[in-house]
Amino acid sequence: MTLREVKEILEADVLACEELLDREPKSACGSDLLSDVLAFTRENSLLLTGLTNPQVIRTAEMSDLIGIVFVRGKRPEPATIELAIMKKIPLLATRLPMYEACGRLYMRGLRGCSEVE
Amino acid sequence: MTDEKPLIELERKIEGGDFQSAGDVSSELKRILQQIGFPPSFSRRVVIAAYEAEMNVVIHAWRGVFRAWIFPRYVHIEVDDEGPGIPDLELAFQEGYSTAPPHIREMGFGAGYGLSNMKKCSDRLEIDTRVGEGTKVTMDFFVRDV
Ligand SMILES: Nc1ncnc2c1ncn2[C@@H]1O[C@H](COP(=O)(O)OP(=O)(O)OP(=O)(O)O)[C@@H](O)[C@H]1O
Ligand SMILES: [Mg+2]
Repeated sequence: MTLREVKEILEADVLACEELLDREPKSACGSDLLSDVLAFTRENSLLLTGLTNPQVIRTAEMSDLIGIVFVRGKRPEPATIELAIMKKIPLLATRLPMYEACGRLYMRGLRGCSEVE
Repeated sequence: MTDEKPLIELERKIEGGDFQSAGDVSSELKRILQQIGFPPSFSRRVVIAAYEAEMNVVIHAWRGVFRAWIFPRYVHIEVDDEGPGIPDLELAFQEGYSTAPPHIREMGFGAGYGLSNMKKCSDRLEIDTRVGEGTKVTMDFFVRDV
Protein backbone atom coordinates (compact mmCIF):
# COMPACT_ATOMS: atom_id res chain seq x y z
CA MET A 1 0.00 0.00 0.00
CA THR A 2 1.39 3.44 -0.92
CA LEU A 3 0.97 6.60 1.14
CA ARG A 4 -1.29 7.83 -1.67
CA GLU A 5 -3.63 4.92 -0.96
CA VAL A 6 -3.39 5.65 2.77
CA LYS A 7 -4.53 9.20 1.98
CA GLU A 8 -7.56 7.88 0.06
CA ILE A 9 -8.53 5.29 2.67
CA LEU A 10 -8.33 7.79 5.53
CA GLU A 11 -9.81 10.69 3.50
CA ALA A 12 -6.77 12.60 4.64
CA ASP A 13 -5.23 15.95 3.75
CA VAL A 14 -1.54 16.15 2.86
CA LEU A 15 0.35 18.65 5.03
CA ALA A 16 3.91 17.96 3.87
CA CYS A 17 5.89 16.18 1.16
CA GLU A 18 3.11 15.43 -1.35
CA GLU A 19 5.86 14.41 -3.80
CA LEU A 20 6.81 11.44 -1.60
CA LEU A 21 3.41 9.72 -1.52
CA ASP A 22 4.65 6.83 -3.67
CA ARG A 23 6.46 5.50 -0.63
CA GLU A 24 5.18 2.17 0.68
CA PRO A 25 5.14 1.60 4.43
CA LYS A 26 6.04 -1.99 5.38
CA SER A 27 3.98 -1.82 8.57
CA ALA A 28 2.24 0.69 10.83
CA CYS A 29 1.81 1.61 14.47
CA GLY A 30 -0.60 3.82 16.39
CA SER A 31 0.72 5.52 19.51
CA ASP A 32 0.71 8.70 21.57
CA LEU A 33 3.87 7.69 23.44
CA LEU A 34 7.11 8.65 21.73
CA SER A 35 9.42 6.31 23.58
CA ASP A 36 6.97 3.52 22.77
CA VAL A 37 7.48 4.40 19.12
CA LEU A 38 11.27 4.53 19.59
CA ALA A 39 11.28 1.14 21.34
CA PHE A 40 8.85 -0.89 19.29
CA THR A 41 8.47 0.35 15.72
CA ARG A 42 10.31 -1.06 12.73
CA GLU A 43 12.10 1.03 10.13
CA ASN A 44 9.97 2.04 7.12
CA SER A 45 6.78 2.05 9.21
CA LEU A 46 3.90 4.50 9.16
CA LEU A 47 3.03 6.23 12.45
CA LEU A 48 -0.53 7.21 13.38
CA THR A 49 -0.62 9.62 16.31
CA GLY A 50 -2.57 12.33 18.10
CA LEU A 51 0.66 14.13 19.05
CA THR A 52 1.54 17.17 16.96
CA ASN A 53 4.70 18.71 18.48
CA PRO A 54 8.04 18.77 16.60
CA GLN A 55 9.45 15.90 18.68
CA VAL A 56 7.11 13.60 16.74
CA ILE A 57 9.12 14.42 13.61
CA ARG A 58 12.39 13.92 15.51
CA THR A 59 11.17 10.52 16.66
CA ALA A 60 10.21 9.58 13.10
CA GLU A 61 13.60 10.75 11.87
CA MET A 62 15.54 8.69 14.43
CA SER A 63 13.39 5.59 13.85
CA ASP A 64 13.54 5.78 10.02
CA LEU A 65 9.74 6.02 9.73
CA ILE A 66 8.23 6.55 6.30
CA GLY A 67 5.40 8.95 7.13
CA ILE A 68 3.04 10.25 9.82
CA VAL A 69 -0.75 10.47 10.02
CA PHE A 70 -2.28 12.87 12.55
CA VAL A 71 -5.62 11.46 13.73
CA ARG A 72 -8.88 12.88 15.12
CA GLY A 73 -8.57 16.20 13.28
CA LYS A 74 -5.36 17.31 15.01
CA ARG A 75 -3.28 19.85 13.13
CA PRO A 76 0.42 20.30 13.88
CA GLU A 77 2.16 23.59 14.68
CA PRO A 78 3.98 25.27 11.75
CA ALA A 79 7.32 24.31 13.33
CA THR A 80 6.34 20.64 13.08
CA ILE A 81 5.48 20.94 9.38
CA GLU A 82 8.70 22.84 8.63
CA LEU A 83 10.81 20.16 10.29
CA ALA A 84 8.97 17.41 8.39
CA ILE A 85 9.66 19.12 5.07
CA MET A 86 13.32 19.46 6.01
CA LYS A 87 13.54 15.79 7.00
CA LYS A 88 11.45 14.62 4.00
CA ILE A 89 8.79 12.96 6.12
CA PRO A 90 5.31 13.09 4.54
CA LEU A 91 2.51 14.28 6.84
CA LEU A 92 -1.18 13.39 6.49
CA ALA A 93 -4.12 14.55 8.62
CA THR A 94 -7.41 12.71 9.01
CA ARG A 95 -10.60 13.48 10.93
CA LEU A 96 -10.94 9.82 11.90
CA PRO A 97 -10.19 8.85 15.49
CA MET A 98 -7.20 6.59 16.19
CA TYR A 99 -9.07 3.28 16.37
CA GLU A 100 -10.96 3.81 13.16
CA ALA A 101 -7.97 5.10 11.23
CA CYS A 102 -5.86 2.11 12.29
CA GLY A 103 -8.77 -0.27 11.66
CA ARG A 104 -9.32 0.92 8.11
CA LEU A 105 -5.66 0.49 7.20
CA TYR A 106 -5.43 -2.88 8.90
CA MET A 107 -8.50 -4.15 7.05
CA ARG A 108 -6.84 -3.20 3.79
CA GLY A 109 -3.80 -5.27 4.68
CA LEU A 110 -1.33 -2.90 6.36
CA ARG A 111 0.12 -4.98 9.20
CA GLY A 112 1.39 -4.00 12.64
CA CYS A 113 5.08 -3.53 13.45
CA SER A 114 5.24 -6.74 15.49
CA GLU A 115 3.76 -8.78 12.66
CA VAL A 116 6.35 -8.13 9.97
CA GLU A 117 9.86 -9.49 9.46
CA MET B 1 37.67 2.76 24.01
CA THR B 2 40.59 1.66 21.86
CA ASP B 3 43.74 3.75 21.14
CA GLU B 4 42.80 3.65 17.46
CA LYS B 5 42.23 7.13 16.00
CA PRO B 6 38.54 7.98 15.49
CA LEU B 7 37.27 9.04 12.06
CA ILE B 8 35.27 11.82 13.70
CA GLU B 9 34.82 13.26 17.18
CA LEU B 10 31.66 15.19 17.95
CA GLU B 11 31.09 17.40 20.99
CA ARG B 12 27.87 19.36 21.53
CA LYS B 13 26.11 21.10 24.40
CA ILE B 14 22.59 20.16 25.46
CA GLU B 15 20.36 22.63 27.34
CA GLY B 16 17.84 21.34 29.87
CA GLY B 17 14.25 22.34 29.08
CA ASP B 18 15.09 23.52 25.54
CA PHE B 19 12.52 21.62 23.47
CA GLN B 20 13.18 23.80 20.44
CA SER B 21 16.66 22.35 19.88
CA ALA B 22 16.00 18.97 21.49
CA GLY B 23 17.06 16.26 19.06
CA ASP B 24 19.46 18.44 17.05
CA VAL B 25 22.53 16.61 18.34
CA SER B 26 21.19 13.15 17.55
CA SER B 27 20.08 14.42 14.16
CA GLU B 28 23.60 15.64 13.42
CA LEU B 29 25.02 12.31 14.57
CA LYS B 30 22.62 10.50 12.26
CA ARG B 31 23.77 12.58 9.29
CA ILE B 32 27.42 11.81 10.06
CA LEU B 33 26.81 8.06 10.41
CA GLN B 34 24.91 8.02 7.11
CA GLN B 35 27.68 9.93 5.34
CA ILE B 36 30.30 7.48 6.57
CA GLY B 37 28.12 4.69 5.22
CA PHE B 38 27.37 2.53 8.27
CA PRO B 39 24.67 -0.14 7.74
CA PRO B 40 21.24 1.52 8.27
CA SER B 41 20.28 -0.94 11.03
CA PHE B 42 23.46 -0.02 12.92
CA SER B 43 22.96 3.74 12.53
CA ARG B 44 19.36 3.33 13.61
CA ARG B 45 20.15 1.75 16.97
CA VAL B 46 22.97 4.23 17.69
CA VAL B 47 20.78 7.20 16.86
CA ILE B 48 17.74 5.96 18.81
CA ALA B 49 19.87 5.41 21.93
CA ALA B 50 21.56 8.81 21.44
CA TYR B 51 18.18 10.53 21.12
CA GLU B 52 16.84 8.84 24.29
CA ALA B 53 19.96 10.00 26.17
CA GLU B 54 19.74 13.52 24.71
CA MET B 55 16.04 13.78 25.63
CA ASN B 56 16.73 12.59 29.17
CA VAL B 57 19.08 15.55 29.62
CA VAL B 58 16.55 17.98 28.11
CA ILE B 59 13.72 16.56 30.25
CA HIS B 60 15.34 15.59 33.53
CA ALA B 61 18.59 17.58 33.87
CA TRP B 62 19.80 21.18 33.69
CA ARG B 63 22.50 21.02 31.08
CA GLY B 64 24.85 18.49 29.58
CA VAL B 65 27.55 17.67 27.07
CA PHE B 66 27.17 15.05 24.37
CA ARG B 67 30.34 13.46 23.00
CA ALA B 68 30.68 10.83 20.30
CA TRP B 69 33.78 9.09 18.96
CA ILE B 70 33.17 7.40 15.63
CA PHE B 71 35.50 4.60 14.52
CA PRO B 72 35.22 2.52 11.33
CA ARG B 73 33.38 -0.34 13.07
CA TYR B 74 32.55 1.11 16.46
CA VAL B 75 30.87 4.14 18.07
CA HIS B 76 31.45 5.37 21.63
CA ILE B 77 29.05 7.90 23.19
CA GLU B 78 29.23 9.80 26.49
CA VAL B 79 26.42 12.04 27.71
CA ASP B 80 27.41 13.88 30.85
CA ASP B 81 24.91 16.14 32.62
CA GLU B 82 24.57 18.49 35.56
CA GLY B 83 21.25 17.68 37.13
CA PRO B 84 19.38 15.99 39.95
CA GLY B 85 20.98 12.57 39.40
CA ILE B 86 19.10 9.28 39.71
CA PRO B 87 18.51 8.13 43.30
CA ASP B 88 17.47 4.54 42.47
CA LEU B 89 18.94 3.25 39.21
CA GLU B 90 17.26 -0.14 39.38
CA LEU B 91 13.88 1.53 39.68
CA ALA B 92 14.72 4.01 36.89
CA PHE B 93 15.44 1.09 34.53
CA GLN B 94 12.03 -0.46 35.14
CA GLU B 95 9.82 -0.08 32.08
CA GLY B 96 6.94 2.23 32.93
CA TYR B 97 8.77 4.06 35.74
CA SER B 98 9.00 7.78 35.10
CA THR B 99 9.16 10.98 37.13
CA ALA B 100 8.30 13.13 34.09
CA PRO B 101 5.78 15.88 34.98
CA PRO B 102 2.42 16.26 33.18
CA HIS B 103 3.57 18.87 30.63
CA ILE B 104 6.32 16.46 29.48
CA ARG B 105 3.84 13.58 29.23
CA GLU B 106 1.60 15.75 27.08
CA MET B 107 4.43 15.93 24.55
CA GLY B 108 4.52 12.13 24.40
CA PHE B 109 7.50 11.50 26.67
CA GLY B 110 7.50 9.93 30.11
CA ALA B 111 6.48 6.38 29.26
CA GLY B 112 9.51 5.18 31.22
CA TYR B 113 11.01 3.19 28.35
CA GLY B 114 14.05 5.35 27.57
CA LEU B 115 16.69 3.69 29.73
CA SER B 116 15.65 0.13 28.88
CA ASN B 117 15.58 1.03 25.20
CA MET B 118 19.10 2.49 25.47
CA LYS B 119 20.20 -0.82 26.96
CA LYS B 120 18.48 -2.76 24.19
CA CYS B 121 19.99 -0.64 21.39
CA SER B 122 23.56 -0.51 22.70
CA ASP B 123 26.16 -3.25 23.16
CA ARG B 124 27.35 -1.77 26.44
CA LEU B 125 25.68 0.78 28.72
CA GLU B 126 27.10 2.25 31.88
CA ILE B 127 25.53 4.90 34.11
CA ASP B 128 27.33 6.89 36.79
CA THR B 129 25.06 9.13 38.79
CA ARG B 130 25.31 11.28 41.90
CA VAL B 131 22.19 12.69 43.49
CA GLY B 132 22.21 16.48 43.35
CA GLU B 133 25.17 16.57 40.95
CA GLY B 134 24.48 14.79 37.72
CA THR B 135 24.48 11.71 35.54
CA LYS B 136 26.91 10.29 33.00
CA VAL B 137 25.72 7.79 30.42
CA THR B 138 28.35 5.83 28.47
CA MET B 139 27.39 3.62 25.55
CA ASP B 140 29.29 1.48 23.04
CA PHE B 141 28.05 0.16 19.73
CA PHE B 142 29.83 -2.41 17.55
CA VAL B 143 29.06 -3.11 13.91
CA ARG B 144 28.01 -6.76 13.92
CA ASP B 145 28.80 -8.84 10.89
CA VAL B 146 25.63 -9.76 9.05
N1 LIG C 1 19.82 12.33 32.92
C1 LIG C 1 18.95 12.11 33.93
N2 LIG C 1 18.96 12.91 35.03
C2 LIG C 1 18.11 12.72 36.05
N3 LIG C 1 17.17 11.72 36.08
C3 LIG C 1 17.10 10.89 35.01
C4 LIG C 1 17.97 11.05 33.89
N4 LIG C 1 17.68 10.07 33.01
C5 LIG C 1 16.68 9.36 33.55
N5 LIG C 1 16.33 9.84 34.77
C6 LIG C 1 15.30 9.29 35.69
O1 LIG C 1 15.00 7.95 35.32
C7 LIG C 1 13.61 7.83 34.97
C8 LIG C 1 13.45 6.82 33.85
O2 LIG C 1 14.10 7.29 32.66
P1 LIG C 1 13.60 6.79 31.24
O3 LIG C 1 14.38 7.46 30.20
O4 LIG C 1 13.58 5.30 31.24
O5 LIG C 1 12.08 7.25 31.22
P2 LIG C 1 11.49 8.73 31.02
O6 LIG C 1 12.55 9.64 30.49
O7 LIG C 1 10.83 9.15 32.29
O8 LIG C 1 10.38 8.49 29.92
P3 LIG C 1 10.65 8.12 28.38
O9 LIG C 1 12.13 7.96 28.20
O10 LIG C 1 9.91 6.84 28.16
O11 LIG C 1 10.08 9.27 27.62
C9 LIG C 1 13.17 9.24 34.62
O12 LIG C 1 11.79 9.44 34.77
C10 LIG C 1 13.99 10.07 35.62
O13 LIG C 1 13.40 10.02 36.90
MG1 LIG D 1 13.72 9.07 28.82
